[in-house]
Amino acid sequence: MQTPDPKQYEALSIEASAVRRQQGVWQRVRRNWSVRIAGAMLSVLVAVALAAPWLGTVDPTLFDPGSRDLVPGKTGEITTLNGETVTHTFRMGSDSLGRDIYSRVIYGTRVSLLVGVLCALFALALGIVCGLASGYLRWLDGILMRFMDGLMAIPAILIAIALVAMWRGSLATVIVAIAIPEIPRVTRLVRSLVLSIREEPYVEAAISLGTPTWKILFGHILPNCIAPLVVQGTFICAFSILVEAILSFLGVGLPPDIPTWGNVMAEGRQQFNDYPHNIFFPGVFLAVTVLAVNILGDGLRDTLDPKMAKRV
Amino acid sequence: MSVLEVRELSIALPSGSDRREAASRVSFTVDRGEIVCLVGESGSGKSVIAQGVMGLLPKGLPVTGGAILLEGEDITHATRRRLRELRCTRMSMVFQEPMTALNPVMSCGDQLDEVLREHTRLSPAERRRKILDIVREVRLPDPERMVASYPHQLSGGQRQRIMIAMALVLEPALLIADEPTTALDVTTQAQILKLIQDLQARHGTGVLFITHDFGVVAEIAHRVAVLRLGELVEFGARDEVLKRPRHDYTRMLIGSVPTLKPHARAADGAAPVVLATRGLAKTYRDRNWFAQRREVHAATDVTLEVRKGQTLGIVGESGSGKSTVARCIVRLIDPSGGAILLGGVDIAAMPPGRLRPLRRRVQIVFQDPYRSLNPRRTVLEAIIEGPRNYGLARGAAVARARNLMGLVRMDPDSLSRYPHQFSGGQRQRICIARALAMEPELLIADEAVSALDVSVQAQVLELLEDIRNRLNLAMLFITHDLRVAAQVCDHVAVMSQGRVVEYGPAAQIFGAPRHEYTRALFEAAPGRDFAFGAA
Repeated sequence: MQTPDPKQYEALSIEASAVRRQQGVWQRVRRNWSVRIAGAMLSVLVAVALAAPWLGTVDPTLFDPGSRDLVPGKTGEITTLNGETVTHTFRMGSDSLGRDIYSRVIYGTRVSLLVGVLCALFALALGIVCGLASGYLRWLDGILMRFMDGLMAIPAILIAIALVAMWRGSLATVIVAIAIPEIPRVTRLVRSLVLSIREEPYVEAAISLGTPTWKILFGHILPNCIAPLVVQGTFICAFSILVEAILSFLGVGLPPDIPTWGNVMAEGRQQFNDYPHNIFFPGVFLAVTVLAVNILGDGLRDTLDPKMAKRV
Repeated sequence: MSVLEVRELSIALPSGSDRREAASRVSFTVDRGEIVCLVGESGSGKSVIAQGVMGLLPKGLPVTGGAILLEGEDITHATRRRLRELRCTRMSMVFQEPMTALNPVMSCGDQLDEVLREHTRLSPAERRRKILDIVREVRLPDPERMVASYPHQLSGGQRQRIMIAMALVLEPALLIADEPTTALDVTTQAQILKLIQDLQARHGTGVLFITHDFGVVAEIAHRVAVLRLGELVEFGARDEVLKRPRHDYTRMLIGSVPTLKPHARAADGAAPVVLATRGLAKTYRDRNWFAQRREVHAATDVTLEVRKGQTLGIVGESGSGKSTVARCIVRLIDPSGGAILLGGVDIAAMPPGRLRPLRRRVQIVFQDPYRSLNPRRTVLEAIIEGPRNYGLARGAAVARARNLMGLVRMDPDSLSRYPHQFSGGQRQRICIARALAMEPELLIADEAVSALDVSVQAQVLELLEDIRNRLNLAMLFITHDLRVAAQVCDHVAVMSQGRVVEYGPAAQIFGAPRHEYTRALFEAAPGRDFAFGAA
């Protein structure tokens, strides 16, 4: 093969100078203030969840009848699992069984974040598979989308109650119950993206290069759906955290002995007039977490969504 | 006094752009009854200057120096209110894409009426009369019906006529036309250009006509201003600039415009046929359970032959079915009738499993270089994807990719970069390398140079020619541009409404077209009387 003429490189360098230097996506994401603030808030929450045992907490299932209904900041006694009685400061008070609300709220962070992340991943994984299939394999589209329409017609709470009644309330049941109604939404999003991306010339080029269908789906189409999916994922995450709290509050979520924010609030519901702290502290954590995840989602949408990025 | 005087105008670009100014100290004038063409490649700042005159510049692009004088009045920093008064009454603008420039939920008559209501105190009956007059003047058939129609009910040419009617209804002194014919077919373009010329002559309007097409310049300009990266490199009378360009850049641009004279290269009639179609047809059927079935014949009875080492051009306007034929041959869509013979084997109805080993023998390069490469894959991944699909080892595929980058005259070390780091012309080179990586026998170029600037287009055309000769490839070249077809094709098929209306050697078709449609196409080619190309 002949070596190229250096003069012709020169001709091209004029063209290259006309190309506007494009900023990297991650650079843009990191510069976004919504992402920065929400990221900082979520990092603190994750750190709290991971470091729960070392934050002056006791086992969140421990109770002591002598320390019932303490107001925040009061010191009382609590009996550990091996029968010892220790003095403990109830930073956020105690509930009607004498459990330490502070420990329950801090440990509840683990459950909430886990539920949020796992629900989002579960809904995304299934939604992506269904959406890709539905958008690319046209014969499957009608059947799959009618099934999804049916699924969307069932309220999340109803599915949760049915599943918890069938099995017993466990983390897996709650995650499945919350994620299932989200699957059709993800499917619809992925399907609409696939329908437009499959018409792109680079997909047609891949077809003429003899690329097998599964490679086109996962190598060409899916990577170009990622940005809107990441955004959708954060919103599912925030929503799942809320729904988990609602389910626990209604008594159809995780069993009452597992410390979740919803369970703590459910426990404090009857004494709200006398001891509002039972609901106040888990409520604040819940609100802050959902807010942080939503702000993160908004920030990611602003930076990742190509339509927004095109704005000068 | 000039209708428009632009004096040392500078417009800044936002920081982080590739240059500091969109326009740098640009000066020119437009006189009464004169058409001045502002010509330049993409990114030359020609549209920004038009927006500056109209006071439509976005916030990020402020005027930093100079002055704009409309009939002697300095409007560089005019108030919004004053600009509103001037627009449509003293200066008007016609945009490139008439579909998006018109409001889709307002009838054309209402949109015309809006202009009159805002700027005049005429009674409804007088406004109505004036609207029908101007619609008649832009030569739209059946004015009553046109006025009552919505934009989507009209053709592209009719929509552009409505835009022109709207711009001229108040007889402004200055008309700015920003690529008004770029989105139109060549025959429609010829009519619109004629219309603008006639109206301008009759009303003595000064016209600032923005275009990238030297054919159009040769057709209508009185004076020409050539822009390059925001700087005015040449300004003078049309014949002066086109025939005796003083600046190197102008010379290069004019030299890059392909001539309409077909190249003189004898095609070997005995070369083996690589691909042939026999009675190829594609019909789209509206599958609807309730409504009546509609059939659209995108291609009917297309019979063509492409020989080794030769180029067959398919020429036609939009909707003529030329891309349909290409996509059928690559089997991106399934033909509904006829045969596609690839080396004697009919692939028209071949099931995907059996087709796959044959796919590598036909490769395609698309029109839009910005959408032809997956933005999330490096150039290397794009080029080696095909060979890897057919089992070539990675090392060998990478070596082939490096070779091909040299062949398309790009730096092999840029293989690890992503598509967005390249310009349109470079991307098109990458697409060509990607197609060549499959070592095809037939390369289809589907409007592969249409989206490129004329100087880049010349380079890519030269590259395609070079590759065809060196690799002895058969090439199917689909284009709407007769000039391009004349440069590269050995044989030409002219398509109209899904049918091949004329088919023969390029010299014969360009020399003595027989079919009236072919003749109409040639008639419409802008600047056909002008000898372009490298002297």
